[in-house]
Amino acid sequence: MTTTDTRARFRDLLAAEWIKLWSLRSTYGVLAAGALICVGITTNSARSNVALIARSTSPLQRTALDPMSAAFLDEAFQILGIVACSVGAITVFGEYASGLIRTTFTAVPARRPVVLAKVVVVTAIMLVFGAIVSATSFGATQAIYHQEHIGLSITAPGALRAVAGSALLAPLCALVGMALGGVIRHAAGTIVAAVGLLLFLPALFQGETYRWVKEIGNAMVFPAWQALVKNSAHQIPSIPGRPTPGVDKYPVTLTEAWIVFAAWAVAAVVVAVASVTRRDP
Amino acid sequence: MIEVNQLTRRYRKVTAVDGLSFSVRPGQVTGFLGPNGAGKSTTLRMILGLTEPTSGTATIDGRRFRDLPRGLRHVGALLDAGDVHGGRSARSHLWALAASNGLPRRRVDEVLAEVGLSSAARRRVGGFSLGMKQRLGIATALLGDPPVLLFDEPINGLDPEGVLWVRGLFQRLAAEGRTVFVSSHLMSEMENTADQLIVIGRGRLIAAEPLADFTARSAKQQVIVRTPDTATLTALLTAEGAMVSTHRDGSCAVTGLTAARIGQLAFDHRIMLHEVTTQTSSLEEVFMELTAGSVEYLAGDQR
Repeated sequence: MTTTDTRARFRDLLAAEWIKLWSLRSTYGVLAAGALICVGITTNSARSNVALIARSTSPLQRTALDPMSAAFLDEAFQILGIVACSVGAITVFGEYASGLIRTTFTAVPARRPVVLAKVVVVTAIMLVFGAIVSATSFGATQAIYHQEHIGLSITAPGALRAVAGSALLAPLCALVGMALGGVIRHAAGTIVAAVGLLLFLPALFQGETYRWVKEIGNAMVFPAWQALVKNSAHQIPSIPGRPTPGVDKYPVTLTEAWIVFAAWAVAAVVVAVASVTRRDP
Repeated sequence: MIEVNQLTRRYRKVTAVDGLSFSVRPGQVTGFLGPNGAGKSTTLRMILGLTEPTSGTATIDGRRFRDLPRGLRHVGALLDAGDVHGGRSARSHLWALAASNGLPRRRVDEVLAEVGLSSAARRRVGGFSLGMKQRLGIATALLGDPPVLLFDEPINGLDPEGVLWVRGLFQRLAAEGRTVFVSSHLMSEMENTADQLIVIGRGRLIAAEPLADFTARSAKQQVIVRTPDTATLTALLTAEGAMVSTHRDGSCAVTGLTAARIGQLAFDHRIMLHEVTTQTSSLEEVFMELTAGSVEYLAGDQR
Protein backbone atom coordinates (compact mmCIF):
# COMPACT_ATOMS: atom_id res chain seq x y z
CA MET A 1 0.00 0.00 0.00
CA THR A 2 1.34 3.37 -0.96
CA THR A 3 -0.62 6.25 0.43
CA THR A 4 2.35 8.47 -0.39
CA ASP A 5 1.05 11.12 -2.72
CA THR A 6 3.21 11.80 -5.70
CA ARG A 7 2.44 15.22 -7.11
CA ALA A 8 -0.50 15.44 -9.45
CA ARG A 9 1.23 16.36 -12.71
CA PHE A 10 -0.67 17.64 -15.70
CA ARG A 11 1.75 15.91 -18.05
CA ASP A 12 0.66 12.55 -16.65
CA LEU A 13 -2.83 13.34 -17.90
CA LEU A 14 -1.41 14.35 -21.28
CA ALA A 15 0.39 11.01 -21.47
CA ALA A 16 -2.84 9.17 -20.61
CA GLU A 17 -4.84 10.99 -23.27
CA TRP A 18 -2.07 10.40 -25.82
CA ILE A 19 -2.18 6.65 -25.09
CA LYS A 20 -5.99 6.62 -25.28
CA LEU A 21 -6.05 8.32 -28.66
CA TRP A 22 -3.39 6.20 -30.33
CA SER A 23 -4.57 2.88 -28.87
CA LEU A 24 -7.77 3.06 -30.92
CA ARG A 25 -7.56 1.78 -34.47
CA SER A 26 -10.31 4.16 -35.55
CA THR A 27 -8.02 7.14 -34.93
CA TYR A 28 -5.54 5.96 -37.59
CA GLY A 29 -8.28 4.98 -40.00
CA VAL A 30 -10.26 8.22 -39.77
CA LEU A 31 -7.19 10.46 -40.02
CA ALA A 32 -5.70 8.54 -42.96
CA ALA A 33 -9.00 8.44 -44.83
CA GLY A 34 -9.62 12.15 -44.19
CA ALA A 35 -6.19 13.16 -45.46
CA LEU A 36 -6.39 10.98 -48.56
CA ILE A 37 -9.89 12.14 -49.51
CA CYS A 38 -9.05 15.82 -49.02
CA VAL A 39 -5.76 15.77 -50.95
CA GLY A 40 -7.30 13.44 -53.53
CA ILE A 41 -10.11 15.88 -54.31
CA THR A 42 -7.83 18.92 -54.60
CA THR A 43 -5.16 17.24 -56.76
CA ASN A 44 -7.82 15.73 -59.01
CA SER A 45 -9.32 19.18 -59.46
CA ALA A 46 -5.90 20.65 -60.33
CA ARG A 47 -5.23 17.89 -62.84
CA SER A 48 -8.52 18.37 -64.64
CA ASN A 49 -7.98 22.14 -64.73
CA VAL A 50 -4.55 21.64 -66.25
CA ALA A 51 -6.07 19.35 -68.86
CA LEU A 52 -8.70 22.03 -69.56
CA ILE A 53 -6.04 24.69 -70.10
CA ALA A 54 -4.06 22.35 -72.36
CA ARG A 55 -7.15 21.72 -74.51
CA SER A 56 -8.37 25.32 -74.55
CA THR A 57 -7.58 27.62 -77.45
CA SER A 58 -8.46 30.79 -75.55
CA PRO A 59 -5.60 32.43 -73.63
CA LEU A 60 -8.25 33.73 -71.20
CA GLN A 61 -8.68 30.22 -69.80
CA ARG A 62 -5.27 30.34 -68.22
CA THR A 63 -5.72 33.73 -66.58
CA ALA A 64 -9.32 33.08 -65.53
CA LEU A 65 -8.21 30.18 -63.40
CA ASP A 66 -7.33 30.83 -59.79
CA PRO A 67 -4.65 28.28 -58.87
CA MET A 68 -5.25 28.85 -55.17
CA SER A 69 -8.91 27.81 -55.27
CA ALA A 70 -8.08 24.27 -56.40
CA ALA A 71 -5.73 23.79 -53.45
CA PHE A 72 -8.46 24.79 -51.00
CA LEU A 73 -11.67 23.48 -52.52
CA ASP A 74 -14.76 23.85 -50.34
CA GLU A 75 -15.79 20.21 -50.70
CA ALA A 76 -12.35 18.86 -49.78
CA PHE A 77 -11.97 20.98 -46.68
CA GLN A 78 -15.56 20.51 -45.59
CA ILE A 79 -14.85 16.78 -45.50
CA LEU A 80 -11.62 17.49 -43.64
CA GLY A 81 -13.53 19.65 -41.17
CA ILE A 82 -16.08 16.93 -40.50
CA VAL A 83 -13.34 14.32 -40.13
CA ALA A 84 -11.47 16.53 -37.65
CA CYS A 85 -14.72 17.25 -35.82
CA SER A 86 -15.43 13.52 -35.57
CA VAL A 87 -11.98 12.74 -34.17
CA GLY A 88 -12.46 15.40 -31.50
CA ALA A 89 -15.99 14.21 -30.76
CA ILE A 90 -14.94 10.55 -30.50
CA THR A 91 -12.45 11.37 -27.74
CA VAL A 92 -15.34 12.68 -25.64
CA PHE A 93 -18.49 10.74 -26.57
CA GLY A 94 -16.41 7.56 -26.88
CA GLU A 95 -15.85 7.71 -23.13
CA TYR A 96 -19.47 8.44 -22.32
CA ALA A 97 -21.01 5.92 -24.70
CA SER A 98 -18.74 3.10 -23.47
CA GLY A 99 -18.95 4.02 -19.80
CA LEU A 100 -15.17 4.46 -19.68
CA ILE A 101 -15.72 7.98 -18.34
CA ARG A 102 -16.65 6.54 -14.93
CA THR A 103 -13.40 4.57 -14.84
CA THR A 104 -11.51 7.67 -15.94
CA PHE A 105 -13.04 9.86 -13.22
CA THR A 106 -12.45 7.17 -10.60
CA ALA A 107 -8.76 7.26 -11.54
CA VAL A 108 -8.70 11.06 -11.82
CA PRO A 109 -11.48 12.66 -9.74
CA ALA A 110 -10.43 16.16 -10.88
CA ARG A 111 -12.57 16.44 -14.01
CA ARG A 112 -11.42 19.77 -15.38
CA PRO A 113 -7.75 18.77 -15.82
CA VAL A 114 -8.91 15.61 -17.61
CA VAL A 115 -10.86 17.61 -20.19
CA LEU A 116 -8.08 20.17 -20.55
CA ALA A 117 -5.54 17.40 -21.15
CA LYS A 118 -7.83 15.99 -23.83
CA VAL A 119 -8.12 19.44 -25.38
CA VAL A 120 -4.35 19.93 -25.47
CA VAL A 121 -3.60 16.48 -26.94
CA VAL A 122 -6.36 16.64 -29.56
CA THR A 123 -5.48 20.21 -30.56
CA ALA A 124 -1.79 19.39 -30.94
CA ILE A 125 -2.37 16.24 -33.00
CA MET A 126 -4.99 17.89 -35.19
CA LEU A 127 -2.78 20.92 -35.76
CA VAL A 128 -0.02 18.66 -37.08
CA PHE A 129 -2.57 16.72 -39.13
CA GLY A 130 -4.12 19.92 -40.52
CA ALA A 131 -0.71 21.34 -41.37
CA ILE A 132 0.30 18.18 -43.23
CA VAL A 133 -2.94 18.02 -45.24
CA SER A 134 -3.02 21.75 -45.97
CA ALA A 135 0.65 21.94 -47.01
CA THR A 136 0.39 18.74 -49.08
CA SER A 137 -2.73 19.98 -50.82
CA PHE A 138 -1.12 23.33 -51.64
CA GLY A 139 2.21 21.80 -52.69
CA ALA A 140 0.70 19.05 -54.82
CA THR A 141 -1.84 21.25 -56.63
CA GLN A 142 0.68 23.99 -57.36
CA ALA A 143 3.19 21.43 -58.63
CA ILE A 144 0.51 20.22 -61.05
CA TYR A 145 -0.31 23.79 -62.12
CA HIS A 146 3.36 24.40 -62.66
CA GLN A 147 3.07 22.33 -65.84
CA GLU A 148 1.08 25.27 -67.20
CA HIS A 149 3.32 27.78 -65.46
CA ILE A 150 0.58 29.18 -63.26
CA GLY A 151 1.57 27.38 -60.04
CA LEU A 152 1.93 29.62 -56.99
CA SER A 153 4.80 29.50 -54.54
CA ILE A 154 4.24 29.71 -50.79
CA THR A 155 5.61 33.26 -50.92
CA ALA A 156 2.79 34.37 -53.24
CA PRO A 157 0.43 36.92 -51.65
CA GLY A 158 -2.05 35.18 -49.38
CA ALA A 159 -0.58 31.70 -49.95
CA LEU A 160 0.94 31.27 -46.51
CA ARG A 161 -2.23 32.64 -44.92
CA ALA A 162 -4.34 30.16 -46.84
CA VAL A 163 -2.12 27.24 -45.80
CA ALA A 164 -2.09 28.40 -42.17
CA GLY A 165 -5.84 29.03 -42.08
CA SER A 166 -6.54 25.58 -43.53
CA ALA A 167 -4.10 23.95 -41.11
CA LEU A 168 -5.93 25.61 -38.20
CA LEU A 169 -9.30 24.48 -39.53
CA ALA A 170 -8.59 20.91 -38.36
CA PRO A 171 -7.90 21.64 -34.66
CA LEU A 172 -10.72 24.19 -34.61
CA CYS A 173 -13.26 21.67 -35.93
CA ALA A 174 -11.88 19.05 -33.52
CA LEU A 175 -12.55 21.39 -30.58
CA VAL A 176 -16.09 22.00 -31.84
CA GLY A 177 -16.48 18.21 -31.98
CA MET A 178 -15.30 17.84 -28.39
CA ALA A 179 -17.82 20.42 -27.22
CA LEU A 180 -20.65 18.68 -29.10
CA GLY A 181 -19.49 15.28 -27.80
CA GLY A 182 -19.56 16.56 -24.23
CA VAL A 183 -23.04 18.02 -24.57
CA ILE A 184 -24.67 15.22 -26.61
CA ARG A 185 -22.64 12.19 -25.46
CA HIS A 186 -23.96 9.89 -28.21
CA ALA A 187 -22.18 8.92 -31.40
CA ALA A 188 -24.85 9.48 -34.03
CA GLY A 189 -26.32 12.58 -32.42
CA THR A 190 -22.92 14.21 -32.13
CA ILE A 191 -22.00 13.63 -35.78
CA VAL A 192 -25.38 14.91 -37.01
CA ALA A 193 -25.00 18.01 -34.85
CA ALA A 194 -21.47 18.52 -36.20
CA VAL A 195 -22.62 18.45 -39.82
CA GLY A 196 -25.50 20.76 -38.96
CA LEU A 197 -23.40 23.27 -37.07
CA LEU A 198 -20.43 23.34 -39.43
CA LEU A 199 -22.07 22.90 -42.85
CA PHE A 200 -25.85 23.50 -42.83
CA LEU A 201 -26.02 26.46 -40.48
CA PRO A 202 -23.69 28.70 -42.57
CA ALA A 203 -25.71 27.78 -45.67
CA LEU A 204 -28.84 29.15 -43.99
CA PHE A 205 -27.32 32.59 -43.49
CA GLN A 206 -26.32 33.55 -47.00
CA GLY A 207 -27.31 36.12 -49.59
CA GLU A 208 -26.82 39.83 -49.71
CA THR A 209 -30.44 40.94 -49.19
CA TYR A 210 -30.29 41.41 -45.44
CA ARG A 211 -27.02 42.45 -43.94
CA TRP A 212 -27.74 40.87 -40.51
CA VAL A 213 -28.41 37.49 -42.11
CA LYS A 214 -25.09 37.62 -43.93
CA GLU A 215 -23.28 38.83 -40.82
CA ILE A 216 -24.51 35.80 -38.86
CA GLY A 217 -23.26 33.61 -41.70
CA ASN A 218 -19.97 35.49 -41.61
CA ALA A 219 -19.50 34.48 -37.97
CA MET A 220 -19.51 30.77 -38.88
CA VAL A 221 -16.41 28.59 -39.23
CA PHE A 222 -16.50 27.80 -42.96
CA PRO A 223 -17.26 31.31 -44.28
CA ALA A 224 -14.33 32.53 -42.14
CA TRP A 225 -12.09 29.83 -43.60
CA GLN A 226 -13.23 30.76 -47.13
CA ALA A 227 -12.13 34.34 -46.46
CA LEU A 228 -8.73 33.13 -45.30
CA VAL A 229 -8.06 31.01 -48.41
CA LYS A 230 -9.36 33.60 -50.86
CA ASN A 231 -6.75 34.67 -53.38
CA SER A 232 -7.38 38.45 -53.42
CA ALA A 233 -4.47 38.96 -55.79
CA HIS A 234 -6.30 37.01 -58.47
CA GLN A 235 -8.53 39.09 -60.73
CA ILE A 236 -11.29 37.30 -62.56
CA PRO A 237 -11.56 38.97 -65.98
CA SER A 238 -14.84 40.84 -66.05
CA ILE A 239 -17.28 40.36 -68.86
CA PRO A 240 -18.79 43.66 -70.12
CA GLY A 241 -22.41 44.19 -69.08
CA ARG A 242 -22.26 41.88 -66.05
CA PRO A 243 -21.43 42.76 -62.44
CA THR A 244 -17.83 42.13 -61.46
CA PRO A 245 -17.78 38.52 -60.22
CA GLY A 246 -16.41 37.54 -56.85
CA VAL A 247 -17.22 40.80 -55.11
CA ASP A 248 -19.32 40.54 -51.95
CA LYS A 249 -21.32 43.40 -50.52
CA TYR A 250 -20.71 42.25 -46.95
CA PRO A 251 -17.54 40.20 -47.07
CA VAL A 252 -15.75 38.56 -44.15
CA THR A 253 -12.63 40.62 -43.64
CA LEU A 254 -9.39 38.86 -42.77
CA THR A 255 -9.39 40.29 -39.25
CA GLU A 256 -12.96 39.12 -38.75
CA ALA A 257 -12.04 35.67 -40.01
CA TRP A 258 -9.21 35.28 -37.50
CA ILE A 259 -11.49 36.56 -34.73
CA VAL A 260 -14.15 34.01 -35.74
CA PHE A 261 -11.55 31.22 -35.56
CA ALA A 262 -10.35 32.33 -32.13
CA ALA A 263 -13.84 32.90 -30.74
CA TRP A 264 -15.11 29.47 -31.85
CA ALA A 265 -12.04 27.77 -30.39
CA VAL A 266 -12.45 29.48 -27.01
CA ALA A 267 -16.21 28.91 -26.94
CA ALA A 268 -15.73 25.21 -27.81
CA VAL A 269 -13.23 24.69 -24.97
CA VAL A 270 -15.52 26.47 -22.50
CA VAL A 271 -18.52 24.35 -23.53
CA ALA A 272 -16.48 21.12 -23.47
CA VAL A 273 -15.12 21.80 -19.98
CA ALA A 274 -18.48 22.97 -18.61
CA SER A 275 -20.45 20.04 -20.04
CA VAL A 276 -18.05 17.46 -18.64
CA THR A 277 -17.53 19.02 -15.21
CA ARG A 278 -21.11 20.11 -14.49
CA ARG A 279 -23.12 17.07 -15.56
CA ASP A 280 -22.58 13.74 -13.81
CA PRO A 281 -21.51 10.88 -16.06
CA MET B 1 -12.15 3.99 6.32
CA ILE B 2 -15.28 5.02 4.46
CA GLU B 3 -17.78 7.23 6.24
CA VAL B 4 -21.23 7.90 4.93
CA ASN B 5 -23.34 10.44 6.77
CA GLN B 6 -27.04 11.11 6.12
CA LEU B 7 -26.41 10.46 2.44
CA THR B 8 -29.47 11.11 0.28
CA ARG B 9 -30.04 11.06 -3.45
CA ARG B 10 -33.38 11.97 -4.95
CA TYR B 11 -34.27 11.68 -8.58
CA ARG B 12 -37.38 13.28 -9.99
CA LYS B 13 -39.80 10.72 -8.59
CA VAL B 14 -37.78 8.21 -6.64
CA THR B 15 -35.53 8.55 -3.65
CA ALA B 16 -32.73 6.13 -4.46
CA VAL B 17 -30.81 6.66 -1.23
CA ASP B 18 -32.53 8.02 1.86
CA GLY B 19 -30.55 9.34 4.84
CA LEU B 20 -27.98 6.56 4.79
CA SER B 21 -25.27 6.57 7.47
CA PHE B 22 -22.62 3.92 8.07
CA SER B 23 -18.90 3.45 8.23
CA VAL B 24 -16.66 0.82 6.69
CA ARG B 25 -13.53 -0.04 8.67
CA PRO B 26 -10.16 -1.23 7.47
CA GLY B 27 -8.83 -4.73 8.05
CA GLN B 28 -12.01 -6.58 7.23
CA VAL B 29 -14.25 -7.38 4.31
CA THR B 30 -17.53 -5.49 4.58
CA GLY B 31 -20.44 -6.74 2.55
CA PHE B 32 -22.93 -4.24 1.15
CA LEU B 33 -26.20 -6.00 0.68
CA GLY B 34 -29.62 -5.21 -0.61
CA PRO B 35 -32.16 -6.38 -3.16
CA ASN B 36 -32.06 -5.04 -6.72
CA GLY B 37 -32.80 -1.31 -6.77
CA ALA B 38 -31.98 -0.86 -3.07
CA GLY B 39 -29.56 1.95 -3.86
CA LYS B 40 -26.23 0.11 -3.54
CA SER B 41 -24.74 1.30 -6.82
CA THR B 42 -25.99 4.87 -6.31
CA THR B 43 -24.34 4.88 -2.87
CA LEU B 44 -21.05 3.60 -4.30
CA ARG B 45 -21.17 6.20 -7.07
CA MET B 46 -21.75 8.94 -4.52
CA ILE B 47 -18.80 7.70 -2.44
CA LEU B 48 -16.69 8.00 -5.61
CA GLY B 49 -18.02 11.44 -6.51
CA LEU B 50 -19.58 10.22 -9.76
CA THR B 51 -23.08 11.11 -8.61
CA GLU B 52 -23.66 14.29 -6.65
CA PRO B 53 -25.63 13.62 -3.42
CA THR B 54 -28.83 15.60 -2.91
CA SER B 55 -27.71 15.97 0.70
CA GLY B 56 -25.34 14.35 3.16
CA THR B 57 -21.69 13.46 2.82
CA ALA B 58 -19.47 10.55 1.92
CA THR B 59 -15.78 10.62 2.77
CA ILE B 60 -12.86 8.28 2.33
CA ASP B 61 -10.19 8.62 5.03
CA GLY B 62 -11.77 11.92 5.97
CA ARG B 63 -11.75 13.50 2.50
CA ARG B 64 -14.32 13.86 -0.21
CA PHE B 65 -13.13 11.67 -3.08
CA ARG B 66 -13.79 14.40 -5.63
CA ASP B 67 -11.36 16.70 -3.83
CA LEU B 68 -8.45 14.34 -4.54
CA PRO B 69 -6.48 15.27 -7.66
CA ARG B 70 -5.68 11.61 -8.45
CA GLY B 71 -7.61 8.59 -7.26
CA LEU B 72 -5.87 5.28 -7.93
CA ARG B 73 -3.41 5.43 -5.01
CA HIS B 74 -6.25 6.20 -2.59
CA VAL B 75 -9.16 4.11 -3.78
CA GLY B 76 -9.43 1.20 -6.18
CA ALA B 77 -12.89 0.62 -7.55
CA LEU B 78 -14.75 -1.76 -9.81
CA LEU B 79 -18.20 -0.29 -10.39
CA ASP B 80 -19.20 -1.90 -13.67
CA ALA B 81 -16.99 -4.28 -15.62
CA GLY B 82 -18.44 -2.77 -18.80
CA ASP B 83 -16.97 0.66 -18.07
CA VAL B 84 -14.18 0.17 -20.62
CA HIS B 85 -13.77 1.04 -24.30
CA GLY B 86 -14.12 -2.16 -26.30
CA GLY B 87 -11.69 -0.96 -28.97
CA ARG B 88 -8.62 -0.94 -26.73
CA SER B 89 -6.48 -3.83 -25.59
CA ALA B 90 -6.51 -4.65 -21.89
CA ARG B 91 -2.93 -3.46 -21.67
CA SER B 92 -3.53 -0.11 -23.42
CA HIS B 93 -6.57 0.49 -21.23
CA LEU B 94 -4.48 -0.01 -18.09
CA TRP B 95 -1.50 1.88 -19.52
CA ALA B 96 -3.61 5.00 -19.93
CA LEU B 97 -5.01 4.71 -16.41
CA ALA B 98 -1.55 4.06 -14.93
CA ALA B 99 -0.10 7.01 -16.84
CA SER B 100 -2.82 9.36 -15.58
CA ASN B 101 -1.79 8.61 -12.00
CA GLY B 102 1.95 8.58 -12.60
CA LEU B 103 2.19 4.82 -12.02
CA PRO B 104 4.94 2.86 -13.80
CA ARG B 105 4.05 0.56 -16.72
CA ARG B 106 5.36 -2.46 -14.86
CA ARG B 107 2.39 -2.13 -12.48
CA VAL B 108 0.17 -2.93 -15.47
CA ASP B 109 1.98 -6.20 -16.13
CA GLU B 110 1.90 -7.00 -12.41
CA VAL B 111 -1.86 -6.55 -11.99
CA LEU B 112 -2.61 -8.35 -15.26
CA ALA B 113 -0.59 -11.31 -13.97
CA GLU B 114 -2.34 -11.09 -10.61
CA VAL B 115 -5.81 -11.41 -12.14
CA GLY B 116 -4.69 -14.03 -14.64
CA LEU B 117 -5.06 -11.94 -17.81
CA SER B 118 -1.40 -11.85 -18.90
CA SER B 119 -2.06 -13.98 -21.96
CA ALA B 120 -5.01 -11.78 -23.00
CA ALA B 121 -3.19 -8.47 -22.40
CA ARG B 122 -2.94 -7.60 -26.09
CA ARG B 123 -6.48 -8.63 -26.95
CA ARG B 124 -9.20 -6.05 -27.46
CA VAL B 125 -11.48 -5.72 -24.45
CA GLY B 126 -14.56 -5.78 -26.69
CA GLY B 127 -13.99 -9.51 -27.23
CA PHE B 128 -13.72 -10.31 -23.52
CA SER B 129 -16.30 -12.42 -21.69
CA LEU B 130 -18.02 -10.85 -18.68
CA GLY B 131 -15.75 -12.86 -16.38
CA MET B 132 -12.64 -11.54 -18.13
CA LYS B 133 -14.01 -8.00 -17.93
CA GLN B 134 -14.56 -8.49 -14.19
CA ARG B 135 -10.94 -9.58 -13.88
CA LEU B 136 -9.82 -6.52 -15.83
CA GLY B 137 -11.94 -4.33 -13.53
CA ILE B 138 -10.31 -5.93 -10.49
CA ALA B 139 -6.89 -5.32 -12.10
CA THR B 140 -7.86 -1.64 -12.50
CA ALA B 141 -8.82 -1.44 -8.83
CA LEU B 142 -5.49 -2.97 -7.76
CA LEU B 143 -3.40 -0.77 -10.07
CA GLY B 144 -2.58 1.95 -7.54
CA ASP B 145 -2.09 -0.44 -4.60
CA PRO B 146 -4.79 1.52 -2.71
CA PRO B 147 -5.74 1.27 1.00
CA VAL B 148 -9.45 1.36 0.17
CA LEU B 149 -11.19 -0.90 -2.36
CA LEU B 150 -14.78 -0.85 -3.60
CA PHE B 151 -16.36 -3.59 -5.68
CA ASP B 152 -19.89 -3.53 -7.08
CA GLU B 153 -21.19 -7.05 -7.75
CA PRO B 154 -17.72 -8.42 -8.60
CA ILE B 155 -18.85 -12.04 -8.71
CA ASN B 156 -21.17 -11.60 -11.72
CA GLY B 157 -19.97 -13.61 -14.66
CA LEU B 158 -17.08 -15.31 -12.88
CA ASP B 159 -16.64 -19.06 -13.16
CA PRO B 160 -16.46 -21.16 -9.96
CA GLU B 161 -12.66 -21.00 -9.99
CA GLY B 162 -12.88 -17.22 -10.37
CA VAL B 163 -15.34 -16.92 -7.48
CA LEU B 164 -12.98 -18.84 -5.19
CA TRP B 165 -10.07 -16.69 -6.30
CA VAL B 166 -12.00 -13.46 -5.68
CA ARG B 167 -13.00 -14.56 -2.17
CA GLY B 168 -9.39 -15.34 -1.35
CA LEU B 169 -8.26 -12.05 -2.85
CA PHE B 170 -10.73 -9.99 -0.80
CA GLN B 171 -9.73 -11.74 2.41
CA ARG B 172 -6.05 -11.26 1.63
CA LEU B 173 -6.56 -7.54 0.87
CA ALA B 174 -8.42 -7.11 4.17
CA ALA B 175 -5.73 -9.04 6.06
CA GLU B 176 -3.20 -6.57 4.67
CA GLY B 177 -5.10 -3.88 6.57
CA ARG B 178 -7.09 -2.45 3.68
CA THR B 179 -10.71 -1.39 3.70
CA VAL B 180 -12.63 -3.77 1.43
CA PHE B 181 -16.25 -2.93 0.59
CA VAL B 182 -18.09 -5.41 -1.62
CA SER B 183 -21.68 -5.06 -2.78
CA SER B 184 -23.91 -7.94 -3.72
CA HIS B 185 -27.57 -8.83 -3.94
CA LEU B 186 -26.70 -12.44 -3.15
CA MET B 187 -26.67 -13.13 0.55
CA SER B 188 -25.10 -16.54 0.05
CA GLU B 189 -22.06 -14.88 -1.49
CA MET B 190 -21.47 -12.73 1.57
CA GLU B 191 -21.80 -15.74 3.85
CA ASN B 192 -18.45 -16.89 2.49
CA THR B 193 -16.69 -13.58 2.12
CA ALA B 194 -17.73 -10.84 4.52
CA ASP B 195 -16.83 -10.18 8.15
CA GLN B 196 -19.15 -7.20 8.49
CA LEU B 197 -22.44 -6.49 6.80
CA ILE B 198 -24.25 -3.36 5.78
CA VAL B 199 -27.75 -4.17 4.60
CA ILE B 200 -29.99 -1.66 2.88
CA GLY B 201 -33.44 -1.76 1.34
CA ARG B 202 -35.22 1.00 -0.58
CA GLY B 203 -32.32 3.32 0.11
CA ARG B 204 -32.50 2.96 3.88
CA LEU B 205 -30.21 1.21 6.32
CA ILE B 206 -31.61 -2.11 7.58
CA ALA B 207 -28.61 -3.47 9.45
CA ALA B 208 -24.94 -2.71 10.04
CA GLU B 209 -23.32 -5.38 12.17
CA PRO B 210 -20.94 -8.35 12.15
CA LEU B 211 -22.01 -11.23 9.96
CA ALA B 212 -22.42 -13.53 12.98
CA ASP B 213 -24.82 -11.14 14.71
CA PHE B 214 -26.84 -10.79 11.56
CA THR B 215 -27.23 -14.56 11.23
CA ALA B 216 -28.19 -14.87 14.89
CA ARG B 217 -30.97 -12.32 14.42
CA SER B 218 -33.49 -14.89 13.47
CA ALA B 219 -31.82 -18.11 14.50
CA LYS B 220 -34.80 -20.31 13.82
CA GLN B 221 -33.67 -23.87 14.16
CA GLN B 222 -35.42 -26.83 12.69
CA VAL B 223 -34.60 -30.52 12.53
CA ILE B 224 -35.15 -32.56 9.42
CA VAL B 225 -36.18 -36.11 10.26
CA ARG B 226 -36.62 -39.01 7.89
CA THR B 227 -38.30 -42.20 9.01
CA PRO B 228 -40.29 -45.07 7.45
CA ASP B 229 -42.98 -44.57 10.12
CA THR B 230 -43.89 -40.91 9.69
CA ALA B 231 -47.37 -41.11 11.24
CA THR B 232 -46.25 -42.61 14.57
CA LEU B 233 -43.33 -40.22 14.91
CA THR B 234 -45.44 -37.18 14.04
CA ALA B 235 -48.00 -38.07 16.69
CA LEU B 236 -45.25 -38.65 19.22
CA LEU B 237 -43.46 -35.37 18.52
CA THR B 238 -46.67 -33.33 18.42
CA ALA B 239 -47.58 -34.75 21.84
CA GLU B 240 -44.22 -33.44 23.07
CA GLY B 241 -45.18 -29.93 21.89
CA ALA B 242 -43.29 -29.81 18.60
CA MET B 243 -44.50 -28.45 15.28
CA VAL B 244 -44.14 -30.99 12.51
CA SER B 245 -44.62 -30.39 8.83
CA THR B 246 -44.30 -33.22 6.37
CA HIS B 247 -42.55 -32.60 3.10
CA ARG B 248 -43.50 -34.14 -0.18
CA ASP B 249 -40.38 -36.30 -0.21
CA GLY B 250 -41.46 -37.95 3.07
CA SER B 251 -39.15 -36.05 5.36
CA CYS B 252 -40.45 -34.01 8.28
CA ALA B 253 -39.36 -30.58 9.43
CA VAL B 254 -39.58 -30.35 13.20
CA THR B 255 -39.39 -27.16 15.20
CA GLY B 256 -39.50 -26.88 18.98
CA LEU B 257 -37.39 -29.93 19.80
CA THR B 258 -33.65 -30.54 19.58
CA ALA B 259 -32.18 -33.32 17.46
CA ALA B 260 -31.03 -35.09 20.65
CA ARG B 261 -34.53 -35.08 22.12
CA ILE B 262 -36.08 -36.37 18.89
CA GLY B 263 -33.50 -39.16 18.76
CA GLN B 264 -34.21 -40.08 22.38
CA LEU B 265 -37.99 -40.25 21.78
CA ALA B 266 -37.58 -42.37 18.65
CA PHE B 267 -35.18 -44.70 20.45
CA ASP B 268 -37.60 -45.08 23.42
CA HIS B 269 -40.44 -46.03 21.06
CA ARG B 270 -38.36 -48.20 18.76
CA ILE B 271 -38.94 -46.03 15.69
CA MET B 272 -36.21 -46.30 13.11
CA LEU B 273 -34.72 -43.00 11.89
CA HIS B 274 -32.91 -42.61 8.56
CA GLU B 275 -31.90 -39.02 9.04
CA VAL B 276 -31.72 -36.42 11.79
CA THR B 277 -30.29 -33.09 10.63
CA THR B 278 -30.26 -29.77 12.46
CA GLN B 279 -30.78 -26.76 10.18
CA THR B 280 -29.99 -23.23 11.15
CA SER B 281 -31.81 -20.71 9.04
CA SER B 282 -29.45 -19.57 6.35
CA LEU B 283 -28.24 -16.05 5.92
CA GLU B 284 -30.31 -15.95 2.76
CA GLU B 285 -33.49 -16.50 4.75
CA VAL B 286 -32.63 -13.87 7.34
CA PHE B 287 -31.90 -11.49 4.53
CA MET B 288 -35.15 -12.26 2.74
CA GLU B 289 -37.07 -11.80 5.96
CA LEU B 290 -35.48 -8.46 6.75
CA THR B 291 -35.73 -7.03 3.27
CA ALA B 292 -39.18 -8.44 2.52
CA GLY B 293 -40.78 -5.07 3.12
CA SER B 294 -38.21 -3.23 1.07
CA VAL B 295 -37.98 -5.10 -2.19
CA GLU B 296 -38.23 -2.67 -5.04
CA TYR B 297 -39.10 -5.01 -7.85
CA LEU B 298 -41.09 -8.00 -6.65
CA ALA B 299 -42.05 -10.75 -9.07
CA GLY B 300 -45.81 -10.95 -9.46
CA ASP B 301 -46.17 -7.59 -7.80
CA GLN B 302 -49.68 -6.16 -8.19
CA ARG B 303 -49.58 -2.58 -9.39
